[in-house]
Amino acid sequence: MEEDDLIACHECDTLFHKRALPSRSSAKCTRCGATLYQSVSSNLDKLCSITLAALITFLIAQAFPIVELETNGITSQTTLIGAIVALWGENMEVIATMVFCATILFPLTELIAMLYLLVPLRAGFIPAGFSQVLRAIQFVRPWGMIEVFMLGILVTLVKMVSIARVIPEAALFAFGALTLLFAVILTFDPRALWEIAERAGGHGPLRYTPFGGLRSGPVSAYSAEPHSSLSSDLLHPAPSHRTPQGTPPDAAAPPMKP
Amino acid sequence: MTDKPDPDTAGTADTPDTSGSPEPLYTTAKEAGLIGCHACNRVQKRVFTVERQLCVRCGSPLHRRNPDSVARTWALLLSAAILYIPANLYPVLHTSSIVGSEDDTIMSGVAMFWNDGDYPLSAIIFIASILVPMLKLGTLAFLTWATQSGSKWRPRQRTTLYRIVEKIGRWSMLDIFVVTLTVALVRFGSLAVITPGPGALAFGCVVVLTMLASMQFDPRLMWDHIEPSGKKHD
Repeated sequence: MEEDDLIACHECDTLFHKRALPSRSSAKCTRCGATLYQSVSSNLDKLCSITLAALITFLIAQAFPIVELETNGITSQTTLIGAIVALWGENMEVIATMVFCATILFPLTELIAMLYLLVPLRAGFIPAGFSQVLRAIQFVRPWGMIEVFMLGILVTLVKMVSIARVIPEAALFAFGALTLLFAVILTFDPRALWEIAERAGGHGPLRYTPFGGLRSGPVSAYSAEPHSSLSSDLLHPAPSHRTPQGTPPDAAAPPMKP
Repeated sequence: MTDKPDPDTAGTADTPDTSGSPEPLYTTAKEAGLIGCHACNRVQKRVFTVERQLCVRCGSPLHRRNPDSVARTWALLLSAAILYIPANLYPVLHTSSIVGSEDDTIMSGVAMFWNDGDYPLSAIIFIASILVPMLKLGTLAFLTWATQSGSKWRPRQRTTLYRIVEKIGRWSMLDIFVVTLTVALVRFGSLAVITPGPGALAFGCVVVLTMLASMQFDPRLMWDHIEPSGKKHD
């Protein structure tokens, strides 16, 4: 299909022709300055290992207490789950749910979903439910707030220093490491996995089928499918139905920013 | 804005002659009858005969622009602005100790740290809990209003503004996390106990609502009023 190499800017809808970028660079929209896409490395080993490391660090950060306070012989310590349970017990169920989602549920979902996609892609096949899982990552990503929580821990520590003796515990350092690992993971745009998946499939562009699966292969092969209904014919027009002079729009080539 | 269209890719078909203009003429996907998938970036032809077009590659619903973007942004912004009042008036923390009990609002917490000489801490809480939400409400209201009234004023700067709002919004959650940890840690029985106040609930809702509002706002609407490089495209 001729639209394969086009990209529409997310912030101003301008069309550009996509081209291969040198590694560690991104293409910016010349009209509004938004990042269009980043260079995609087919080597997923690094990202995969960082995600796995983040998952292990995440478990450590959740399992151990973050900090311990000691004043007049009384000590008090808390894990993240413990803090959320305490908040729930204070009739603050809404806030407790928010904190739970932002610091436990969404980051964990993102890590597991990334591994679910990355490990099979490394081995060269596309896992079941690829597009749903990828969309789940995009949905949870803005709501995962590990780095904000880390700053929250630091602010609380400084606050507490004046009223009690503060003893840092294991999870404090785990959260610090997790913040750094997440920063690396967040630089990766999950949309790039589509290009990697198409490369891993090796049979040309991927297409979504009504039953939730993905099918790769030449366009004509798919259009010749016996069960393609009227609406799917409209969605995937056969080459003969297309008007040849219709689409190629003028577009500026995205500049390469090293 | 300095790059000229590449002759290999730009002038392929029925392209208007751009040789005389100093800047490239831009075509939006909307004008070209195309539609870009927001989930996977795949550009495809717009199909007018189906009510709900799905992306050919990833199957997510396609929209040329976020549906009812302006109305939804206004609704969420208005709710956030209303909740912002109790968020600042009601206490976020209630401290009861042997020396007495006191209620802290967001602002009084900032003032307390400032008076104690903890200037950096006071500044961090002030920026995250007061400055960012206020700027966010104000900026989004301005952007939505400008979009609604079809303003042509500095679209590039407005887009940058929107990008900043989207980036910094999450940091307002800081106060909620501090409240969570403080409540869980300061439980010294009869000595001192800190409990959360209703202000925290309202503030948490403000943060979530403003984040939702900035997600609903569609920056492409600002550019719909801008003719490419000052000329109307075919």
